[in-house]
Amino acid sequence: MIEWLSGALFIAGATFALLAGVGVLRMPDVFTRMQASTKASTLGLGCLLVGVALRNPELAFVVRAASIAAFMLLTTAVAAHVIARAAARSGAPMWPGTRVDERPREMTVHDAIERTRHV
Amino acid sequence: MPNVPVPVLVALTMLAVAAALTFIRLAMGPTLPDRVIAIDLIGVVLVCLLVVMAGVTAQQAFLDVAMVVALISFVGTVAYARYIEREGS
Repeated sequence: MIEWLSGALFIAGATFALLAGVGVLRMPDVFTRMQASTKASTLGLGCLLVGVALRNPELAFVVRAASIAAFMLLTTAVAAHVIARAAARSGAPMWPGTRVDERPREMTVHDAIERTRHV
Repeated sequence: MPNVPVPVLVALTMLAVAAALTFIRLAMGPTLPDRVIAIDLIGVVLVCLLVVMAGVTAQQAFLDVAMVVALISFVGTVAYARYIEREGS
């Protein structure tokens, strides 16, 4: 029973990793690719770690699996945010269908004068 | 061939395909952030492979290696991001 459950978790985790690979290959711009990779890798690795902990229910395995899971949950979000900020600041092109672009526009002298007048 | 359970073989194959697809993006990637994302994902897939191997062989050493690879991959990603922010893509 445990064997079947951990096998199913392995296949689910590998499916998430495969979807991340497909998403990184097929998505149209940097930001969409990044969200595909991040979300799927966190979830996929989580499934695999639960599968390992079920298959080897010893303290050493469970502690290591839990610490890897906690570490990845913390760092994946930070790494994705840092890359997204770098990409946005370096002017990476966005997909034409993007609705909201909160990057500041190039400020001209006229804009700067307007802004000081309103303040 | 030693008796490896079928789900584990399927999972290992899917992870290898995921790494191959990501490698195509690493080679194509139009901008530098694309390549950094691809390297990051290859690191995560490598950690996944190590975790599956730890589950099959019941060796704790694989989990230790997975932890170290995850750590180094994170530091490398942050360093690349700092570099992109300073130099522009």
